[in-house]
Formats: sequence, structure tokens, C-alpha cells
Amino acid sequence: MNASVLASLAKPQYVALGLVLLINWLLFPNFFDIRIQDGRLFGSIIDVFNRGAPVAILAVGMTAVIATKGVDLSVGAVMAVAGAAAATLVQAGHPLGVVLAAALGIGLLCGLWNGFLVAVLDLQPIIATLILMVAGRGIAQLITEGFIVTFTDPALIFVGTGSVLGLPMPVIIALVLTVAATLVMRRTALGLFIEAIGVNRSASSYAGLRSKLLLIGVYAFCGLCASIAGLIAAADIRGADANNAGLWLELDAILAVVVGGTSLLGGRFSIPLSVLGAIIIQAMNTGILVSGFPPEFNLIVKAGVIILILVVQSPLATRLWGFFSSESRNKAEKRS
Amino acid sequence: MHQTLPVLSAEAISKSFLAHRVLDDVGIALMPGEVHALLGENGAGKSTLIKILTGAYKPDAGIIRIEGVEVTPHDTKHAQQLGIGTVYQEVNLLPNMTVAENLFIGRQPLRFGFVDRRRMERAAREMLARYDLAIDVSAELGAYSVAVQQIVAIARAVDISGKVLILDEPTASLDRHEVQILFEVIRGLRARGMAIVFITHFLDQVFDLADRVTVLRNGRLVGSKPLAGLGRMELVTMMLGKALEHESSMRIATDRPAGDVLASFKGYGLRRKVGEFDLDIHKGEVVGVAGLLGSGRTEMARLMFGIDRADQGQALVDGKPVNIGQARDAVALGFGFCPEDRKTDGIVGDLTVRENIMLALQARRGWAKPLSLREQRALADKFVKALDIRAASIEMPVKLLSGGNQQKVILARWLATEPRFLILDEPTRGIDVGAHAEIIRMINRLCEEGLALCVISSELDEIVAYSSRVVVLRDRQMVGQLRGAEITPARIMETIAAEPEGIPS
Repeated sequence: MNASVLASLAKPQYVALGLVLLINWLLFPNFFDIRIQDGRLFGSIIDVFNRGAPVAILAVGMTAVIATKGVDLSVGAVMAVAGAAAATLVQAGHPLGVVLAAALGIGLLCGLWNGFLVAVLDLQPIIATLILMVAGRGIAQLITEGFIVTFTDPALIFVGTGSVLGLPMPVIIALVLTVAATLVMRRTALGLFIEAIGVNRSASSYAGLRSKLLLIGVYAFCGLCASIAGLIAAADIRGADANNAGLWLELDAILAVVVGGTSLLGGRFSIPLSVLGAIIIQAMNTGILVSGFPPEFNLIVKAGVIILILVVQSPLATRLWGFFSSESRNKAEKRS
Repeated sequence: MHQTLPVLSAEAISKSFLAHRVLDDVGIALMPGEVHALLGENGAGKSTLIKILTGAYKPDAGIIRIEGVEVTPHDTKHAQQLGIGTVYQEVNLLPNMTVAENLFIGRQPLRFGFVDRRRMERAAREMLARYDLAIDVSAELGAYSVAVQQIVAIARAVDISGKVLILDEPTASLDRHEVQILFEVIRGLRARGMAIVFITHFLDQVFDLADRVTVLRNGRLVGSKPLAGLGRMELVTMMLGKALEHESSMRIATDRPAGDVLASFKGYGLRRKVGEFDLDIHKGEVVGVAGLLGSGRTEMARLMFGIDRADQGQALVDGKPVNIGQARDAVALGFGFCPEDRKTDGIVGDLTVRENIMLALQARRGWAKPLSLREQRALADKFVKALDIRAASIEMPVKLLSGGNQQKVILARWLATEPRFLILDEPTRGIDVGAHAEIIRMINRLCEEGLALCVISSELDEIVAYSSRVVVLRDRQMVGQLRGAEITPARIMETIAAEPEGIPS
């Protein structure tokens, strides 16, 4: 038992997060300072969680999609569509419930569309979701009629900037979503089914799984996550920017999932580790900002981390890693 | 025999991959104006021989002669220049280019450095006219049927090479009418003095078209004979190579009383895949399915399990009509299917042995009613013990197991669903001898427990050993059923080889 706890602590994601935080602390000794102001927590580390929440939420949905051997490039655009819909509706005076339901419903619809293209028409996921990645911004612009729609509705703004029990709303939403998604995946057989179709869709169908329905459901879930992230992003800036909301965030989300150890080849996945991946990425961003380095470094450092992660996940590294870890796992199993 | 020199002859060809000898002292001689059928089951060495003749592989030993002159084809292009052209089963042309472009790709007629499209299309029309094919050569090739694409591929190969044409299973995806059109083309080429190698799994087509047949088995030459005077039985025996004196003594499935009818398929079929068949499956019986490769055995199994949807006929289970449109429907009816291709359709490689075993059961229960980890482990442990699955742990990825153990895991997956009807497609292929015997014992045991089984196998001995009834397929048609004392390797082979009755050739 002790051995397996130790082994799980040695996961590269934990090591990476520890390293990034350590470097941040060395560069900026006040990094871990937390203060309470107006009944809520402030500080760099809180900022990491707060800023990282949208990508973390995207990563939750993206994890499921990537586990099926797919990818969803449209999540950034779906964020923009959901944000645009929410801003426009709230400006038109609709109550918050309608606004939220509409924004989330649109995200769900976008996901269903992607799922239809992938599962029923058998398009390659990268192409299928590229369609909505491009068209989504157009749809968002149509909704906002080309303007940046700003709003002042306090309830909607609260979604992006409010706090409960001292914690920022985005963090709470991301946390609840992560826990809920993880429970649904692991307490039911859904997670296993997703992994099975990701590893071998044909064999899964032979075994009686509804692979088409599952695929559609997974993309729909990803769209839903994207619309939640879109709501937060819009509420944060108190407006919907069809051109820039969620721009390039699909790549951050994919990166977070890959950093979290889910292979782009599908199969085994872990939602909590993907969320951790999102936090690692945000910790790097924040660290570079607060340490006074020019933000241009950000992209270079990110690229460096991608390379490192890919090397660690490469077949050669896996073989070496598998050799050592299977030894220790065998021993651990015998003991338990 | 002939005084004429063979167009192409290969003598004493040997080829090994690593330590595995795939061709051992094999020879073939092609006469001008001859259709030469090259036969053999999977792994007999046909494709290796073809690849050596076309320069794709280098032989370890042996001589290739073209019109008496020794040659060594370096690659396929060189072989084409020497006069050897090949058309593969999967037409390797470019469906998104026009017919004319396909015919002249890489050697388009030029005018001022540009492709002279008009001249190219005129030449293409002339070339195809020789095959009585009048089609729009400026249309995309992909718009035409596979048969037309085959003829275009043949026209191209003949135009480039001109002496020897190798056709690798050209009829595999053609219907009966299209086959006749293709055969006319081949006969025309024969009349023009070409030597044609024809690889197929359809015996009727061999007798319909070929002049001479060469049979390979396990990398060795069984024989090369003129077809005139050769009996079907003799040919099947050459291919399968089973001694005919096997008798019913080796049967372990004798006197097994058949139970009630569990499922029956009436006039079931799918165009271009399996001709309509009638089949009743009784409780507690093993229906063996025999036939040569490509005779429609796997297609029949896929149809019964709903992987493919039948376009004619009706299926009844417990006397009630049922719709089996997808695997899920079949699973719900209590069917199970161990597919022939374990890797692509069977195992879920990265998942553990435990997960692979519980997958079908969990799929039937639905995602919302998960088996607890304890139930899963109990299930996996039970089957690992019952089927003697050799795995270091039930938590290891199933892809690390040997072929025989993987097969047992898939069997366990279905047994966990407590099925009523189990279809096994080549359950013993590619697994070692020990596991082989175990699987056969298991088939018998399951049957005694009242399960209905349908087992497809190329191993006649095996089929004879466990079948209560044997269904024989030939050329995608069910051509016979054998029962009781009729079930011997000899009778099965006779049925496979029997003259087709009433089919115009």
C-alpha cells in the first residue's frame, strides 16, 4: 500500500508542478503569499487557479474526447459562441436562468454536431472539429452583430469574478466539474467504455458497445464544458468578444490533456491529471508574468515543456519507464 | 510437351524471412497463350512467389528466365520493363484522376513540355476499345465500378508490360456478371498470346478459365498440372493436402443429441457477400463451417452476429422474428462472436485482462450499472482459472499475452455473458499446439453444457472432431450439410469440390 502511494506521488505531473512552483518561488519569493481582502483570498497562487480555471474546464471535456482517439479543435470557438449568446441575451433583459440555459444548450448543440460528424459521417476528428473551429467564430460574430457586447448584469458577472467562501467562482466551478466528471467516469462504466472505444473501436463494437452513441455523447460533453468556460471568460471581461474569446485555448486544452498523461492515441485517461496539466501551464504563465520576465518568454517556455512531455511519452521512454515501473508494480501487487 | 519456350519460368526459388522459410525450391513455368492458375491456402507462399517474380523481393536462391534468358528483376518497375505486369486485388490506381490519366500516368504524351490531353485521351479510348470498353476516359476513375477499374488496370499493365500478366485475386469483389466480363477480357488476352497468372480462391473460376494449375502448400510446390483431365477432388486434395483415409473414429462428437431449435436463419443473405442460406441452430450442437478461404465463411458469421446487416431473409430466435442489425442486437439475444482477426476485432489491447473479460457483460448491463471491482475480479479470476489463461496478473494489458491466451480471454468475455449461441471464427488460428487442443476440448465441453456453437475452421480434422453437423460453403453459397457418419474429411472435401449444379459458367 505504501509503495503504491509513493509510486503515485512520483507521477511526472506532480514532479513538473512542483518544479514549476519551486522555480516561481525562487524567482518571486512572494509567490505563495495569500492575503484576505473583502472576504476573499488573493495572491499569486490563487491567481494561478483562477486564471487556469477556463482551460481546466476545457481540459475536462477534451480529456474524454482525446481518450476516444479524437480531438476537438472547436472548443475555443464554442467558448466565443456561448459567451456571445449569453451577453446578447442578458443585454436583451432575459433572466439569468434563461441566459445560462441558452449558453450551455448552444455548447451542447455544438458538441452534438461535432459528434455527428465524427461518429455518423466518420470524418476524422481533426477535420470534423476544424469546421466548427472556423465557423464558430463566424456564428459568434453573427450573434454579436460584429460588436463587442458588454453587459452589466451583476448575476452573470458573478460567474466570472464572484467568490464563495473566499474562493473565486471559476475555481469553484472547475473544481465541481472535475469532481463530478471524475465520479461519473469512474463510478460508472462510462470511463471504461470510453477507453475501450479509444483503444479499439472495432473490437468494442463487436463486444456490444454502442460506440457511435458514446462518441456523440463525449463530443457533446466537450461542447458543454466549452460553453461553461465561455461563460466564465465572458463574465470575467463583462462582455463578449467574438474574435478573441477563447482564442487558441483549444491548443492549451489539448496541451493540458497531454501533459496530464492521456495519449493522443486514445485509451487510458485521467481527468484530474488533465486539470493538473492545466494548472501547470497556468503556473508557468503566471510565474513568467510575476517574475518580471517579458511575457514573450511564455511561448518559448511552453514550447520547451511540450517537447519535454512528448519525449517522456515517446515509445522509447515508455519502454524504459514500463520496464522499471512494472517491476515495482508486480512487487506491490504481491504485497497487497 | 510444348516445343515453345516458356515466356517466364522460375526454377528452384527459395526465400526465407529471418529463420522462417516461406518458399522452398518452388518453380513455375508460364507458356504463351496460357491462363495459369496459382492456388494455395493462406500462407502457402503465393504472394511471396509473385513478389519475387515482380521484383519486389529478392529470392535467396533460384533462377528466373524470360523467354529463356536469365534475368534478375531489381524492382517492380524493372519487372514491368521486362514484360511482367501485375494487377492487385485492391486496384492500385488513383480513383480521383481520370481514366486516361490513370492509363498514362508517368508516361503522358507531351506537347511543348505539357501533357497533350487530347492525344492522351484518344490513345486511351483506342486502348480500351480493344477490351470492348467504351467509357468516358475523361471521367474520374472512381466513378466506375470495380470491374471497370480492374479492366483499366489490366489495360495499363498489358500496355506497359505486354508479356506476362499477373492477376492477384481479381474477382474477389466482383459479382457473377462482372466476373464474366473480366473473363472475356482475360480470354481475349490469352488469344493474343499473353501468359496470364490467375490467383483466386474460387475453384469454379479456375475450372472455368484456367489451362494449367500450380498448387503451393506451406511454401512448397505440390504440383503443376494441366487442368484438362484434372478432377475437382484431386485439386482440392492438392490444396488441402489431407490424407483421405481419416475416418470417423477420430470424432469425439458422435451421438450428441440435438436440442430444440434456438435460432434459425431463413433465406438469409447479403448481396456480394453471402448468397442466401437456410440454417437452423439447435441447442447443444456444434455446427462446423467448412470451405476454402474466401468461400464466405467469415461473411456468414458476420451476418449472423449483425456486424453486417442482411439484405434478404429472416432470422428467428426461439421462433420469434428478430432484427439483428448490429452486434449489440446479437449480444442482447445471447449471441457471442470470437472473430477471426483477434487483434483488430477482438482484444482491446491496452486494457487489462480483467477489463477485457468483463467488457461484453458490462456492455449488456449498460454504463449506469457498473460491476464492482470485486465482482470484476471474481469474474476474471474464475475464467482465468476455468480456461487456464496464462497471465502474470489479471491487471496486465491483454496485448502482452500470447495469441492462444488472448483467444481464451475473448472466449471468457463471451462466456461471462452466459451466452446461448457462440460463433467462433478460426478459434485455433495462430496459436500453439497446446492451446489448440485445449480450445477444442473447451468447444466440446461448452456444447455438453447446452450451448449452441458455430465454429468456422480451415482445419478439417478439427471440424470433424467436434462438429455435430457440418455446413459446407463454396463461392459464397452454402452447398451442403453433412450429418453423423457423413462427417469425414473426405466427404467434406468432396462437397467442397463437387461440380456446381445448375450454375451457368
